[in-house]
Amino acid sequence: MSATATTMTRAGGAADSLSHGRRRVAWLLLSPSVAVLALWAFVPLIMTLVYSFQRYNLLYPERRGFVGFRSYAYLLSESSFWTAIVNTIILVVAVLVASIVLGVLFALLLNQNFKGRAVARLMVIAPFFVLPPVAALIWKNLLFDPLYGLIGWLLKLVGLPAVAWFTHFPMIALIVIVAWEWAPFATLILLTALQSLDPEQLEAARMDGAKSVNRVIYIVLPHLARPIAITIMMESIFLLSIFAEILTTTAGGPGEATTTLTYLIYIRALLDFDIGSASAAGVLAIILANIVAFFLMRAVARNLES
Amino acid sequence: MREQRASLPGAVIAWVVAFLMFFPILWMLVTSFKTEAQAIANPPLIIFRPVLESFAAALSQSGYILFAENSIIVSLVSTALAIAIAFPAAYSMAFQPGRRTQDMLVWMLSTKMLPPVGVLVPIYIICRDTGLLDTRTALVIVDMLMNLPIVVWMLFSFFRDIPKDILEAAHMDGAGPRRQMIYLLLPLASPGIASAALLAIILSWNEAFWSINLTASHAGTLAAYIARYSAPEGLFWAKLSAASVLAVAPILIFGSLAQRRLVRGLTAGAVK
Repeated sequence: MSATATTMTRAGGAADSLSHGRRRVAWLLLSPSVAVLALWAFVPLIMTLVYSFQRYNLLYPERRGFVGFRSYAYLLSESSFWTAIVNTIILVVAVLVASIVLGVLFALLLNQNFKGRAVARLMVIAPFFVLPPVAALIWKNLLFDPLYGLIGWLLKLVGLPAVAWFTHFPMIALIVIVAWEWAPFATLILLTALQSLDPEQLEAARMDGAKSVNRVIYIVLPHLARPIAITIMMESIFLLSIFAEILTTTAGGPGEATTTLTYLIYIRALLDFDIGSASAAGVLAIILANIVAFFLMRAVARNLES
Repeated sequence: MREQRASLPGAVIAWVVAFLMFFPILWMLVTSFKTEAQAIANPPLIIFRPVLESFAAALSQSGYILFAENSIIVSLVSTALAIAIAFPAAYSMAFQPGRRTQDMLVWMLSTKMLPPVGVLVPIYIICRDTGLLDTRTALVIVDMLMNLPIVVWMLFSFFRDIPKDILEAAHMDGAGPRRQMIYLLLPLASPGIASAALLAIILSWNEAFWSINLTASHAGTLAAYIARYSAPEGLFWAKLSAASVLAVAPILIFGSLAQRRLVRGLTAGAVK
């Protein structure tokens, strides 16, 4: 399979010799995808931008009008906005750290050769395939519930009081749920990367008497650096958009304790119908995501070249 | 390439970790076979006589069947559409690449980076104004667009592995692009198409953001159903667990079949 792989450069060289007619057909075949994606990428984006400069509430559509940067100025002066930004950063960073640390650990464990390893691997990866609202509700009811939940019961067994997680530690509870969903993703990617590591290199290091801790630090981790970077970037894009988990567990509360930027926009747009404010926040969310995406796309482009 | 056997503690730790990660799913499964009273028993019941009562209750719940049907239709139709649009594009880029092909691919992938919440407002308003709110059509279109870049990318990378000469020979024999695609590429690349489809189905089945925000009682998928179910019926744990098991099971099975392909698709091949 690999011997016949047509590399981009070889194909690119041949491209110039394609006849004019074939070029046109090639473009014609490509155009439906390009057209719908262009519509999808630009039209809503421009609409969000336009709305963000308007006073526009769906409850009072007659009072619509251009207000310049007022929505932005107002948003930036609100404590709710900054709380949402801080909550977003806490959630994203905490889940990233947890999922990468656990992902490396799980990948190393699952990369060993032991009985039933395929089954164990499936068990670790399974949470990633669970519907987000289901994941949230399993934890909220069956595990975290202070009266009937399993964790409360376990705490009682060792003589500790039950904890009302979503009242007293809502962000921690949320982080646990989201990390449980995303650690498998990191594991899956890192495990795939580990399997391309040359076992002879590790064997040689072992023969030379390198301790297993040192083998991990000096051989395995450097090999994982790039996959880890890619995992971090991909996860940040998804984590910025975490929504169903918040909706089904805390609805952003108590107070604003778990209101992230995504959830704030949802509240503004679909509960308050304040289109102007929601759009201004939307533009800021897009800018935030673009900063991450910039680095991710650079990594992907580099991969295309190699 | 003989692999080193794991030490006993290494294997034990791996199994403990696997059990802990899987436990919440297992516990949901166990709870779904309990009665409501057993589900909230304290201390928790581990040994009990399993009953199917909660599954029956979940299935007879108003709307469950409709929402399940919506999930199936939306994920299958959006995937079929995505493949139909992506297939010629991937063919064109893989076999007749131009100077701009690579930029085009990167641009397509970059549309995935737009956070859904950034365009929630306009999409909601467009759907409202065109009467598409709470319709399957809206979800099919949105899911298709969300998955299209990934599908194009996956098909492209599979097509790249197919010998160019085969198609070139067909071209010399006078076969046009349509015949090349239908009679050569379709059978040759069917495993690749299948895994791209599988990934798209998984992603759109599990898509919750648009489903919750664009639908109400008619076109909601299971993701929206479970999310709404939670509020009034939060305490019917056994029934909720049974409904959840039914909602999660197909994707768990699909997902386990497609693990490796998933990495390739989701990371755009940057991790092999």
